[in-house]
Amino acid sequence: MDTAHEEATTLTEPKKTTTVSGSVALLEGLIAEGTDTIFGYPGGAIMPIYDALYDYKEKLQHILVRHEQGGTHAGQGYARTSGKVGVVFATSGPGATNLVTGLADAQIDSTPMVCITGQVFAHLLGTDAFQETDVINITTPVTKWNYQVTDANEIPSVLAKAFYIARSGRPGPVLIDITKNAQLQMFEYEGYTPCEHIRSYRPKPLIRKEYIEQAAALINSAKKPFILFGQGVLLGNAEQEFKAFVEKTGIPAAWTILGAGAIPTDHPLNVGMLGMHGNYGPNVQTNSCDVLIAIGMRFDDRVTGRLDKYAKQAKVIHLDIDPAEIDKNVKADVPVWGDCKETLPLLTALAEQKEHTEWVEEFRAYDKTEQETVIQKELNPETGELTMGEVINKLNELTKGDAVIVTDVGQHQMVACRYAKFNKTRSNITSGGLGTMGFGLPAAIGAKFGAPDRTVVAIIGDGGFQMTCQELGTIMQSGIDVKIMILNNRFLGMVRQWQQLFHEKRYSFVDITSPDFVKLADSYYIAGKKVSEREDLGAAIDEMLNHKGSYLLEVMVAKEHNVFPMVPQGSSVSEIRLK
Amino acid sequence: MSNSNDIEITGKQEFTITAYTENRIGILNRIAIIFSRRKINIESLNTSPSEIEHIHRFNIVIHETEEVVRKLARQIEKQVEVLKVYYNTNEDIIWQEMALYKVPTDTIAEKVSVERLLRENGARAVVIRKDYTVFETTGHREETDKLIEVLQPYGLIEFVRSARVAIIKDSDGFNRKLREFERREPGEDVIENEFLDKEKNVFSM
Repeated sequence: MDTAHEEATTLTEPKKTTTVSGSVALLEGLIAEGTDTIFGYPGGAIMPIYDALYDYKEKLQHILVRHEQGGTHAGQGYARTSGKVGVVFATSGPGATNLVTGLADAQIDSTPMVCITGQVFAHLLGTDAFQETDVINITTPVTKWNYQVTDANEIPSVLAKAFYIARSGRPGPVLIDITKNAQLQMFEYEGYTPCEHIRSYRPKPLIRKEYIEQAAALINSAKKPFILFGQGVLLGNAEQEFKAFVEKTGIPAAWTILGAGAIPTDHPLNVGMLGMHGNYGPNVQTNSCDVLIAIGMRFDDRVTGRLDKYAKQAKVIHLDIDPAEIDKNVKADVPVWGDCKETLPLLTALAEQKEHTEWVEEFRAYDKTEQETVIQKELNPETGELTMGEVINKLNELTKGDAVIVTDVGQHQMVACRYAKFNKTRSNITSGGLGTMGFGLPAAIGAKFGAPDRTVVAIIGDGGFQMTCQELGTIMQSGIDVKIMILNNRFLGMVRQWQQLFHEKRYSFVDITSPDFVKLADSYYIAGKKVSEREDLGAAIDEMLNHKGSYLLEVMVAKEHNVFPMVPQGSSVSEIRLK
Repeated sequence: MSNSNDIEITGKQEFTITAYTENRIGILNRIAIIFSRRKINIESLNTSPSEIEHIHRFNIVIHETEEVVRKLARQIEKQVEVLKVYYNTNEDIIWQEMALYKVPTDTIAEKVSVERLLRENGARAVVIRKDYTVFETTGHREETDKLIEVLQPYGLIEFVRSARVAIIKDSDGFNRKLREFERREPGEDVIENEFLDKEKNVFSM
């Protein structure tokens, strides 16, 4: 922003003001921030905002969700495909408490979101008023920042701060709780000024040249360097910078599930997925590389397995925008603090052009083993029940890797992340850190609003679907085009897999029955089909993709099928099991 | 000191965390839950204005390993409304706690040489009434504890000790740093990982 210009106007003439309500100021602010879509649910304490929204229907599209949790996941899906800030409205009390799961999910997965909750009149705060709940204190651990507004005059500046905090630095969810009196209050509105500085907040740590140099020296002398990349590459819009770095250094790169798609699946240096159900090579080679370069990832326990046996032989270079991530789980030999969009080009400039042919070849050998023992059986079985892997494989053939794939949580999620093909960034939308069952359907709705020109396919298990299937109503009413694939194994499959492997097959409450999903979709006027035979699968997926409008395809898959490879809990990544 | 034995066995010792924050409702909670989430007990907590108007200063005492304290400090500094966090061992700081002791005046006047008692314990009488007397002393934990022992036989009615307040020996204050924070473009002075240069002298991020 041009500060000099701003000062000039204030000096020569007083700012023009208009008298508006807090609610109108809020909506004007949202428009100024570039918001076009709001996911929300009205209620008593947020009624003045909804009343104002009635006159803003042309400028702000409001999507009525069927549960506030669905609103938050839709907001997340929207943010993840569009790169913009997701906006969610909810009322006080139960409306606000229903946001908690989505906020926690967005917090751990660094998704930029601004949630607006209504609150009882300021004079009723603390009186146990109807639908009063202490939303600020409930949401403090699961928000990057939150604030309660009791005076309309605060609304423009607090909203500006909220957007700035949500999207800058390491992004995250922000909640603003606005008391009803502030929504109604008329005040002198001076227009909206975006926030670009908060003195107590340092979104980007300064880049230290000496660490860039140390990192480059380590990389240049490495014989077996290995890159681990996460969502930080996407969040920093640094896909090009990342690709340039990988290609110049010739270093094999593996991804966390939230980093998937930062470089295309087919890229020759993309060696696959990390973690508990990741690929064989990346897990084993973590414990044989000499330099580990972690970019925008946080060494989650699902990625590292047993920490005291994790990459002990390697020098670790850690690039992250969040200083608190450095040394949190894995000690960094060279901490490269900063935005990877800025640090990666500096590193690329100092790095030598190289090809680590033999080292990359080692990954290929591990891949060959995995292909033979796991992948081919999973993707191209000739007999027996349908596998989740072959469903994803068929989908890849038909979408050619151009679709946005949204997943829920569980076995289908791991299979989809392992096998889905991604040509483009911002294509894999999943609940990574929190592992929120029920995320998939509402997130797919938001993903489609965030990327209206792309095909959005939600892949969901029979368990997770039943957690948020009321959002079929949102699809029905908004008329949005979301393709839903339920991979039905009649089990809470991932828990069942653990019970099989680690609890002597004591299948404790994992047997789950389902309604007729196709009829359920039909009752929401959504077309659908159920498929259980191999020969019908391709045509059914094709029909789904070519259908005009939303479509639900239920695929009956093998009941007791396990996701492999697997790093058992408490094991080292190099102890990964192929069966 | 018992601390030195302790650190050899458990690696834990007393650390004083100093946080400069905006003076805003809710920041106490944001900081407190960083400890409670990790099941870490706060031994002492003081919040007060700092040398700069509108900026608050937290002094938090915990008993932990340095590694844990470093991670906690980073989590605290990550909060949007926290400006700066330092952590220090007891050797790095000048610290004091204040204590008040209420005793029955008749017993204390009859049985003790009050003057000697005050002198020996560095205490002073704050209030002397017919029915009770209130003494005050300032010092380290052992010193304030010692006066409890002395007064206990004379019918100590009430005792209260304040949180620790601490000044960091090796610091040049926060004023200069704040001016940098208020600039829109960070200057060279604000280097978040400067602790890597200063090593043990001052922790700062």
